[in-house]
Amino acid sequence: MNKNYMFSLIAVIVLFLIAYFGVETAGLHVLFGIVIPYLAALIFIVGFVYRVRDWAYSPVPFRIPSTCGQQASLPWIRQATYDNPSSNGGVIVRMILEVLFFRSLFRNMRFELKGGKKLSYIWEKWLWLFALAFHWAFLVVVIRHLRFFAEPVPFWVQFLEYLDGFVRVEFLSDVLQVGLPGVFMSGLVLLVAVIFLFLRRVFISQVNYISLASDYFPLFLIMGIAISGILMRYFIKVDIVGVKEFTMGLATFSPSIPEGVGVIFYVHLLFVSVLLVYFPFSKLMHLGGVFLSPTRNLANNSRAKRHINPWNYPVHVHTYEEYEDEFREKMIEAGLPVEKESN
Amino acid sequence: MPRQMYDKGKIVAGLVIFVIIATFPFWYNIGKAAPAPELKLTDKAKAEKECVMSVTDMKAGHMQLLDEWRDEVVRSANRLYVNSKGKSFNMSLSNTCLDCHSNKADFCDKCHDYASVRPYCWDCHIDNPKATEEAKE
Ligand code: HEC
Ligand code: HEC
Ligand code: HEC
Repeated sequence: MNKNYMFSLIAVIVLFLIAYFGVETAGLHVLFGIVIPYLAALIFIVGFVYRVRDWAYSPVPFRIPSTCGQQASLPWIRQATYDNPSSNGGVIVRMILEVLFFRSLFRNMRFELKGGKKLSYIWEKWLWLFALAFHWAFLVVVIRHLRFFAEPVPFWVQFLEYLDGFVRVEFLSDVLQVGLPGVFMSGLVLLVAVIFLFLRRVFISQVNYISLASDYFPLFLIMGIAISGILMRYFIKVDIVGVKEFTMGLATFSPSIPEGVGVIFYVHLLFVSVLLVYFPFSKLMHLGGVFLSPTRNLANNSRAKRHINPWNYPVHVHTYEEYEDEFREKMIEAGLPVEKESN
Repeated sequence: MPRQMYDKGKIVAGLVIFVIIATFPFWYNIGKAAPAPELKLTDKAKAEKECVMSVTDMKAGHMQLLDEWRDEVVRSANRLYVNSKGKSFNMSLSNTCLDCHSNKADFCDKCHDYASVRPYCWDCHIDNPKATEEAKE
């Protein structure tokens, strides 16, 4: 037992109970279906913009060449143009690799003292693999949900649904009622990956030591979202057309509460709303932050170009010329060399 | 020293892109009223009054019912389904569902377009058995 993850788990369970009893017992459909989602969307967008704008007030005058390759130097030494870019083009490639493929994480290694003496570096790609699976699956799930928020559904959403649903695991239908509707891989990958990311924090003692409630909470919340979504799609069926009428009502600012959509939908909706509200105030802001990482988005051209610190205090300097002007006669008298003979 | 924004152009451009993406549902649907499709029941369905299961169960779970039917027929060679009210049906997609709902385009398809689902069943199953039979004659 660890208070950090127990605290987060309890928070998510409380959220579940709030949504469940709020809708089922108190009948607060309007609060949970309309007021909270609108507020959440507003807080997410305004909060996100506010945070990024706030970051932009911090100057980053110097290049931080946290290099992963040879810097641009002499013409006959080959430069690592993407890992240590000196031009904007190189930086763009490095950013694309970072944002889409988590290149920094790919370099992840494990260190171990073998026999207490020998330090060994071990190839460790699991974190990279599951992080990539998690983020891509999350993106696919989000885009797929646009079928509820667009009428007509854009062709690229339909195409993604087609790709995502190409595995037909109808042979499982004796065990699970998942033959129809067709299985979407992204939802399952998302759940498996988020569980891996959680277990990693529990079982790797070094990672466990530095994990806080704010690390566990989003993981539990996303687990809750994925589980409630999967339940709704394959097990506790809800009326999808009713749900779409409702979400389209939200999107066109004429909200109305659907009839006969089960409480599980409101649980799902509250989890998502809480995630949106939590987003701008938490480490989840790395969605915006990754684009502003100074170690990734600045070309390493410190040797070629002078970068001036914008918050340099205007220091009053006494140059040699001024010094000589001041003491010229005395210097000549004393026989010291001067650059100019007279003022 | 007054606080100052650095790289203002890039930051603002990035934020504008973010806001455009995040508000997609709001601007994409501007000026479109998108009510759920009005489903038309055929005269035959109207006369029958009830579907295989209750409407709420059908709305949410007709695909699971079809899945059950398919497995029963194909694996257990059992073609008879008795619903909770004791009424029996021949478990068949084209011959039963599309008997009452012979207006597939105005019924199944309309709803599926709205919900963005494309059942692959029609790759093999005929979608309107009656029309096909008439054409043969
Ligand atoms: C009330 C609207 C509605 C009507 C009418 C309707 N469907 Fe559906 N159908 C749906 C929805 C919504 C789904 C997808 C559910 C989901 O995504 O979880 C679906 C899914 C399916 C699926 C599974 C598709 C897949 O690949 O997941 C089949 C098969 C299906 N419907 C057959 C039919 C047939 C046959 C008819 C006509 C007799 C019909 N449906 C009429 C709403 C409807
Ligand atoms: C005996 C005729 C009959 C058969 C057979 C039949 N239906 Fe229905 N179905 C109806 C009627 C009548 C309704 C409307 C019920 C109502 O509104 O109370 C209906 C409603 C539905 C609905 C809900 C539409 C809505 O209002 O949103 C779906 C989905 C549906 N049927 C699918 C199917 C599928 C799939 C099959 C085959 C498994 C099937 N039906 C077989 C007569 C039938
Ligand atoms: C690859 C072709 C193919 C596809 C695609 C297909 N089926 Fe079938 N289906 C068959 C065949 C063959 C049978 C056996 C027919 C028989 O024995 O009467 C069958 C039988 C059935 C039956 C029972 C018998 C009957 O008359 O309907 C149901 C119900 C059924 N399928 C539903 C579906 C549904 C729902 C889908 C889409 C999700 C689907 N099938 C997709 C080929 C297909």
